[in-house]
Amino acid sequence: MSYRENIPGRWISPSTPQPEVLVRSALASIWNPINSFLEWFGELGIFIWQVMRSTVRRPFEFRELIRQLDEVGSKSLPMVAMAGAAIGAVLALESRQSLLKFGAKSMLPAAIVFSIIHETGPVVTGLVVSGRVGAGIGAELGSMKVTEQIDAIEASGVNSYKLLAFTRILACILMVPLLTLAADFAGIATGWLVDTMAETISLHKFLHAGFARASFSDFLAPTFRTAVFGLIIGVIACFQGMRSQGGTEGVGRSATSSVVLSSLFVMLADVILTKLILVFFP
Amino acid sequence: MTHMDQTTIVPGTQNGDKHLVENTEASSTAPAMVLQGLHKSFGAQNVLNGIDLTVGSGQTLAVLGRSGTGKSVLLKLIIGLQKADSGSIHIHGQEITNASLEEMNEIRKKMGFLFQHAALYDSLTVEENIAFPLRRHTEMTAQQRSDRVKELLASVGMEADLKKMPSDISGGMQKRVGLARALALEPGILLLDEPTAGLDPITSGEIDELILKLQEEREVASIVVTHDLHSAKLVADRIVLLHQGNTVMEGTFEELEKSDDEFVIEFFKRDS
Repeated sequence: MSYRENIPGRWISPSTPQPEVLVRSALASIWNPINSFLEWFGELGIFIWQVMRSTVRRPFEFRELIRQLDEVGSKSLPMVAMAGAAIGAVLALESRQSLLKFGAKSMLPAAIVFSIIHETGPVVTGLVVSGRVGAGIGAELGSMKVTEQIDAIEASGVNSYKLLAFTRILACILMVPLLTLAADFAGIATGWLVDTMAETISLHKFLHAGFARASFSDFLAPTFRTAVFGLIIGVIACFQGMRSQGGTEGVGRSATSSVVLSSLFVMLADVILTKLILVFFP
Repeated sequence: MTHMDQTTIVPGTQNGDKHLVENTEASSTAPAMVLQGLHKSFGAQNVLNGIDLTVGSGQTLAVLGRSGTGKSVLLKLIIGLQKADSGSIHIHGQEITNASLEEMNEIRKKMGFLFQHAALYDSLTVEENIAFPLRRHTEMTAQQRSDRVKELLASVGMEADLKKMPSDISGGMQKRVGLARALALEPGILLLDEPTAGLDPITSGEIDELILKLQEEREVASIVVTHDLHSAKLVADRIVLLHQGNTVMEGTFEELEKSDDEFVIEFFKRDS
């Protein structure tokens, strides 16, 4: 018997996948996420259409809208103001060091004011509201969905898109710009406090220097940009909540995905809107 | 003349909407609910394979069957929470399978639905839960609404729990509040999804008595989905037994009890 005959042949188990099966599974692993992605956008489009359709019909759910304005606005105010204040303080500390190096210390108030009203105020507000309100709406509507409360609303002849989604989306659109003002105010205030602790400067002088070169459009466009952030947060959170399924685990998934997706889309919208604002309000 | 022919769409003056208006002659003679050839599937799973049912005013039909045979789906198709793949549903002579959301909402006002787990709004008190449909669909003053809520709660023996939150009351009490909410608009049709499931025998008996009282007092047409044979025997004029999406048998409790169909025998034997 030759040596070769003693070498065992390559054993192929009958359960070993055939090449075509492997190719099919590889293609499926690429196609399935794309399919889910497209499906998600399709469902989002249908959801937005349903909400838009519901807005033009009576009754106009003012009671629920006022409740949501309170929920989104006044209950988010402390957190947004604290985040704005923290950003103002950090900006003052960081900018002071940098501007001192370049001998442009006198530019500090303007640097703080401009960066807060142009970018940090709106973005921080958008992200804080995404976290607090996005999670809240996603979990609340998700919980209502899995406990059949949304079905109960529909079974009693009430349009759930209007009662639950439209009111929350409108509340986000209206309140996020106002919350941005609060974040801006808190940020500028703490910016001055930190600055004056390092080198005394009156509030009047700080504001005068800060807003000296600011025009109305510097303030208006970035603040109203946050209305779009509000729209994004409201739509994504309501959509994720109302399509929730799978019990408490599903509710958790809705809350998490509401925060993740709305934060992601807020940042994406920020880039696009900043470019547009620079084009239209140079 | 088909039921579809009996339904006319009239441009309404209220809110400038179009409202489906029933032909009065048709609605007075037509059964409360007529289901014909209802099919429903979820993906590859066929849940209902051509269900035909008719329920007249003042009649109660109990739907029995194993878990997952599509009993709850059947109720959700009737109230329009899910769409049938094919077949037709007529409510008081009016075809609803292709009704728009606005038309469906008008029809839903004539129906009461008790969910399996009551589905009370957990952010509202017991009182607010029952006032919810009244606030939206009636012109009642606050005082009238309050009186009506108290009357409804008294009818289910819950008048003392007006200000409680749903989380503060038991499952049986939640079911009773759910039933009171379903009755708020004095519907002509009641759809009850396992009204006695998970309840003790005494509370189950109380719910059964309530359903019987409604039949006598209000001529309500009801479909009761249940696993409780005793309850079905007590409240239903007829019983339909579903299996794998098909109707195995339809008849009175006594007819089903005497049936020599293997599945019916097995179903009744297990319960006894």
